[in-house]
Amino acid sequence: MEHAPPQFFHRGPAPVARLTFFALLSVLLMVLDARFRYAEPLRQVIAVAVYPIQQLAIAPVSAVTGAREFFTTQTQLRRENAALRTEKLKEAPELLELDSLRAENEQLRQLLDARAKLPAGEAIFAEIVYAGRDPFSRKFIIDKGSQQGVKPGQPVIHTNGVLGQVTRVQPLLAEVTLITDKDHAIPVQVLRNGLRGVAFGSGDGSTLELRHMAANAEVEQGDMLVTSGLDGIYPSGLPVARVIKVERDASYAFAKISCLPVAGTDQFRQVLVLANMATSPAWGDAAEGPVKRTPKAKLRHKAE
Amino acid sequence: MDLLRTPDLVGNRAQDILLPAKAAFIAASIAVALAFNLLPWQDVRVVPDLLALVLTFWCVHQPRKMGIGLPWVLGLVMDASNGVLFGQHALAYAVLAFAAQSLHRRILRFTLWRQALHVLVLLLGSQVLMVLARMATGGTYPGLSYFVGSVLAAALWPLVTYILLLPQRRPVVDETTPI
Repeated sequence: MEHAPPQFFHRGPAPVARLTFFALLSVLLMVLDARFRYAEPLRQVIAVAVYPIQQLAIAPVSAVTGAREFFTTQTQLRRENAALRTEKLKEAPELLELDSLRAENEQLRQLLDARAKLPAGEAIFAEIVYAGRDPFSRKFIIDKGSQQGVKPGQPVIHTNGVLGQVTRVQPLLAEVTLITDKDHAIPVQVLRNGLRGVAFGSGDGSTLELRHMAANAEVEQGDMLVTSGLDGIYPSGLPVARVIKVERDASYAFAKISCLPVAGTDQFRQVLVLANMATSPAWGDAAEGPVKRTPKAKLRHKAE
Repeated sequence: MDLLRTPDLVGNRAQDILLPAKAAFIAASIAVALAFNLLPWQDVRVVPDLLALVLTFWCVHQPRKMGIGLPWVLGLVMDASNGVLFGQHALAYAVLAFAAQSLHRRILRFTLWRQALHVLVLLLGSQVLMVLARMATGGTYPGLSYFVGSVLAAALWPLVTYILLLPQRRPVVDETTPI
């Protein structure tokens, strides 16, 4: 041992040992995150610590966007204003009708002894900070977080229709999973005939699949799919997707139905985060008998 | 072109003996690369991972100042801020740093574009690791375009080398310079 290197040259553990240590640690973290979602607190701490750097990096980009907005020409604004005026005028009769219809609906519901529809909660206006950050999934980040009252599970929409659902919340940012994500499911119904089903993200990043529909189910190309509201997350009646292809193969029990979402993230920056329908009665109300884990509840669990 | 040539191990020229790299400069370059990665990219697939490239650079040029721990921690930062699988970038960066440090003597013997080829292999390797990790946990395969970023990053290697070696170069070399 008299030929051992002096302390001066000591460099700690061998590189291979270090690599093994860190690789095992990463694998452990990945398993904890993917299987048990245990990595969330650590992720939040890091995300908050990095937030200033992120804002610093974003600052020049948002400055350019702001400058471009500032220099929007007057003609452009006037044209836009005129277009909005005509649109408003066009919609005025329908809006006037809406109040009377709402009152009538209320009375009819009371007559039918139906439970009044759940009141719509407060919606949060948010902007997309960036999308396409993770090539392995379909998600985007919005600029509102738990500080602004965003909670996991809230549906996110745009004027065209449903975009997705808040899946992860940081204090100042939130992550929204698109309905086209492979792990996302949304209960829908065909607008034309009320046929219900569940649409899953197909995994190719741009389309949805209406799974488990019988081969002879009445779904046609061009059918509009809207949310059915059965999951207790998405309010009913929001446009989701349009059927683009129906393949019926006699050798399979189910039809293969592809749908294209009506709203995409590449067209706009502003989105609306709707309040959770958390005020809805718990599944399996006491009055309705024993608590059962219905397919709906499972679905909701999955969506969360 | 003298600046773009790396030192021959046999015939070192005076201007090729570099000043020691300052820890502050290393930290600053890594911070800039991290900020670049955190920009609001709309499609991250075609954006070179500058952080991985800069980490590779320092692992090749200053292997004793870069451990595996720092790349690993920076990988965690990337994971947390991108909202991807926690540990994915950490694993990739740790392996990348280890490979770059083990190969640093070999890589530095080549000219810059041949070094870039080595770096391309290292970066692609780290990306393959990430793809494997994501596919194992149920991610969707992002397609071959996912690897475009690495090719772009490797193409940036000569430029990054030039910029990051600037502070270590001696300002003036003449007959009075001792070495």
